[in-house]
Amino acid sequence: MRTIRIGAGQGFYGDSLLPAIETAKRGNVGYLCFDSLAELTLAILQKDRQRDASKGFARDIAVTMRELLPFIREKGIKLLTNAGGMNPLGAQREVARIAGELGLQGLKVAVVTGDDVLDRLQVWESQGISLAHMEDGGDASGIRSRIVFANAYLGAGPVVEALRQGADVIVTGRITDSALFLAPLIYEFGWGPKEWDRLAQGLLMGHLMECSGQAAGGNFSGDWQSVEALDRIGFPVAEVREDGEFVLTKTEGTGGLVSADTVKEQLLYEIHDPSAYMTPDAVLDVTNVRLQDDGPNRVRVTGARGTKRPETLKVVMGYSDGWLGQAIWGYSWPDALAKAKEADRIVRSRIRRMNLRYDEIHTDYLGYNSLHGPLAREPAEQLNEVYLRIAVRTGSREDAAKLGRLVPPLMLSGPPAMAGFLGMMKPRELLGMWSCLVPRAIVENVIQISVLEV
Amino acid sequence: MPQVQLRSLVQARSGDKGNTVNIAVFARNEALYELLLRELTAERVKEHFGGMVIGEVTRYPVPKLLAMNFVCRGALGGGGSASMRMDNLGKCYAANLMRLEIEVGETNTNLSQS
Repeated sequence: MRTIRIGAGQGFYGDSLLPAIETAKRGNVGYLCFDSLAELTLAILQKDRQRDASKGFARDIAVTMRELLPFIREKGIKLLTNAGGMNPLGAQREVARIAGELGLQGLKVAVVTGDDVLDRLQVWESQGISLAHMEDGGDASGIRSRIVFANAYLGAGPVVEALRQGADVIVTGRITDSALFLAPLIYEFGWGPKEWDRLAQGLLMGHLMECSGQAAGGNFSGDWQSVEALDRIGFPVAEVREDGEFVLTKTEGTGGLVSADTVKEQLLYEIHDPSAYMTPDAVLDVTNVRLQDDGPNRVRVTGARGTKRPETLKVVMGYSDGWLGQAIWGYSWPDALAKAKEADRIVRSRIRRMNLRYDEIHTDYLGYNSLHGPLAREPAEQLNEVYLRIAVRTGSREDAAKLGRLVPPLMLSGPPAMAGFLGMMKPRELLGMWSCLVPRAIVENVIQISVLEV
Repeated sequence: MPQVQLRSLVQARSGDKGNTVNIAVFARNEALYELLLRELTAERVKEHFGGMVIGEVTRYPVPKLLAMNFVCRGALGGGGSASMRMDNLGKCYAANLMRLEIEVGETNTNLSQS
């Protein structure tokens, strides 16, 4: 039976490129798929685009292409990425520019657009399309004027079409992560739009691969100390059969661990109802999935079931939700925690006396409770040191920036043995996320695929 | 009745979607899984995360994988890019759940053995 090999290139914007290079060199893959976009990545890229209209795509696409385009040419690997972010056309131009720099000719670079629906919201609303929150049904009017981006999660269709048009590199914006990995299977095996179980296997493969190292021994809660060489981790590679059954593995000689134990942690990652994981291409049921160890670093995956795809697509909108100001500094033993708590009291008192209007003030003690919040246990013995972090939320950027100024005076006029002040930290804009479901036709009717030959 | 911390019994990974965190918990054998079905209820998890999870907690068992998925709503102080928390993506929720202790009763089975 025919099989194709697909490699995971990246799990988020900022991921290491070395494993993808290794896979391109020695992984014998036909496809490399890069998932650049976590939920909040679009918020980052939107800020880039606001500052400079030519930006707004994942900036590391340049170095990715510089390293990988030679392999794409030499080995005929196809590279699929959603690094287009908020500006897929800009990303396409960037890929073409790098190809030019490398002197590569005849490469087809495709771009998929149509996921950015911000400028269509008004028309939709006038047509009575609801933007109510998909989980609690909440009305969107409260955030409507603060929306800074709105993108629909596209399915595999347009990427399959770009492959049919002969693309070597495909750049998209917001596309469902797993759909990016499913597309080559539909293209290669000619899977029909209603072969739900096969589509489900393809989506499951994508789901396992989309977080790169997380299916290869990274972030492993089991016996993590026994995972070898995370410094040269190999990202997952899937060998997929025409009938959808696949083996998850990684490139020989790389670090990390692909086992039923490491893979199962990824299986339910960021899934809600395991019997109904909604994607644009099928509804995925993983409750009958079997993971079988099949030799070292090989896991056979079977049993995904699929049902009819939904008639809606998910749209995620980001809206301005104020500014975060923060300051971090430390105290030494003895009584480190008591000193930090006194410093917190002093800063809060100054905030009141200066009449700074913060909507919320939040204090963490790093080394004690910053990750577990109210669930942290009192330390059994005195801490060697503790860092204090005060964070404030406010509608005003200027007020957020004022917090840091309250800290340096504590050096001479606060509790003893203070050090490690991280300086004036730039306020960070907070962005809320709003998810809703819209009829798929109103998104899909404007999707465009354009291929640029360089 | 002997109490055992989940840390020595299970694997678990957590992640975020908006203001919701999911925690997937995996048992190594059926005896432990049966025990978890009985002891590690949605109510128990909700109680454990008091002060951190504002919304409801739903449990989805996946018996064939000896797994259960907890979906915790209102868990991130607004969600990833809106949260003031250090763990704004909920990555430490699974680790946090490992603190929870369950009653294991008298058993001859090694619950952490696969």
